[in-house]
Amino acid sequence: MNAGHASIPKLAVREATKAYHTASGDLLALDACSIDIQANQIVSIVGPSGCGKTTLLWSMSGLHRLSGGEIALDGAPVTGPRPEIGLVFQEANLLPWRTLDANINFPFEIKGLKPDREWIAHLIARVGLEGFGGKFPRELSGGMQQRAAIVRALSLKPSVLLMDEPFGALDSFTREEMNRLVEEIWLDRPTTIVFITHSIEEAIFLSDRVVVMSPRPGRVAKEYAVPFPRPRSLEIMATREVFDLHNAIKMDIVGARAAQKPAAFRPAATASRGYEP
Amino acid sequence: MSDAIPEFSRAGDGQKVSLTNLSAFSSGPGIRSGAEVLAILLVAVVVIGGIEASLRLFEVPHYIMPPPSTIAAALVTEFPLILPHLGYTLVELLGGFAIGAVIGLFLAAVITQFPFAEKIVAPYILLLVTTPMLALVPLLILRFGFGYEPRIIAVALAAGPMVMINAATGFRRVDSAKIALARSYGASTLQIFWKIRAPMALPMILVGLMIGAIFGLLTAVGAEMVGGGFGLGNRLTTYSSMIQMPQFFAVVLVLSTLGILIYVLFFLIGKKWASWEA
Repeated sequence: MNAGHASIPKLAVREATKAYHTASGDLLALDACSIDIQANQIVSIVGPSGCGKTTLLWSMSGLHRLSGGEIALDGAPVTGPRPEIGLVFQEANLLPWRTLDANINFPFEIKGLKPDREWIAHLIARVGLEGFGGKFPRELSGGMQQRAAIVRALSLKPSVLLMDEPFGALDSFTREEMNRLVEEIWLDRPTTIVFITHSIEEAIFLSDRVVVMSPRPGRVAKEYAVPFPRPRSLEIMATREVFDLHNAIKMDIVGARAAQKPAAFRPAATASRGYEP
Repeated sequence: MSDAIPEFSRAGDGQKVSLTNLSAFSSGPGIRSGAEVLAILLVAVVVIGGIEASLRLFEVPHYIMPPPSTIAAALVTEFPLILPHLGYTLVELLGGFAIGAVIGLFLAAVITQFPFAEKIVAPYILLLVTTPMLALVPLLILRFGFGYEPRIIAVALAAGPMVMINAATGFRRVDSAKIALARSYGASTLQIFWKIRAPMALPMILVGLMIGAIFGLLTAVGAEMVGGGFGLGNRLTTYSSMIQMPQFFAVVLVLSTLGILIYVLFFLIGKKWASWEA
């Protein structure tokens, strides 16, 4: 909640560099990537696949260690997982052997805390999951699973929410619904959100800023401010300005890909995704 | 280089389960309606009645194959005599299985944490799994005599490696996203083990326990046949040497029932605790 000093960004990425050591040599996933994210801003990061978006997000969460540079939360370097940071993963990532309630209580269990019943009930009502607490994840649709995952991520009241392509696996209507839900949640309780996505539309709808990353090695290629008021209605999203912005971002991504020589092109390695111990 | 060392299972991609799958738990025959029960009973009557009729029709001698009715009668009359031997066999089975399963589970949990150590011990585990432990029974009898000890040791040796390889397959199903989830809340290695790895491995552990128990039963009966004066296996050799075939088949029936009970037990446990999978 606390924004810290006006001059200190909530989340500061400075010259973040990340190299993976693979069997076929070193792979530079991030190359001196710098982004400042102010408190309670929603910032989307878009870019071609394999550009290091997920690596960047996981580094912000403290789950990845950078090879160089620094990530700071409220001015203090992030060196490991922090309770102020909530994570929403691709495809919900619920534990299939637990009911929804048990999944939502998981963070409290790990921390040895008593679940904050009132807050959880509020969140469950907010995402519309009342009455599903006893269900197992497999009994729910992808959208509902991701709602539960959002409740879990918010259960410890983090001041930063990192979302890693959370709605990529959902159909476009469910995705839109989920986008509105994120907006509602944000309006309800402003949080700093970093949102990784492949969808430019989603990025524009949700964000205050859209950061476009270059193909690997990932660095910030361009940044766009998204000045439209919230809540962003269908009418706003249908305006000429949104359309132009969408096209500009698309040109950046497609243009950058086309500029890459085929010889230099390397398919996205598995190393850019996932977790390293 | 690592390919030169046989691995008893590939480190999976997190979802795939090798060696054994869980169809034993999920696709078992579930009885749905009265008509199904009726059909099952009808087929049973036809099959058993058919065997009975043909054995009598072709006048098959009792020492080759007694008719089902004679076996059933022998089971009823001989049961008080068979019962204590069932008890001995159960003691060997439960004792050996408990020892083998505990050691197997522990080793699986530990060894999968150290991939390098796992590679080194893999060939030996493979050897333990593939060697019929019955082969060691004469040696064990030589060393431990004709009591429970050699049998319990043989059962443990047969069940342990089976539990271990299956449990190890389970523990190796690392889902990095789920571990990352736990780590993002600052979970300790122990918490990750109990809250992520263990539940994730549970379905495979149950498969291992079931296979281990069945192998244990096999080994217990085999060991009893090799030496010693008690146990269901000993009854089999005794009855067959006296050409008491109805009694012999009555013991076989008891053994089959025991095997089925083991299967049903683990089926029910799997349904309760591992049904989230599949």
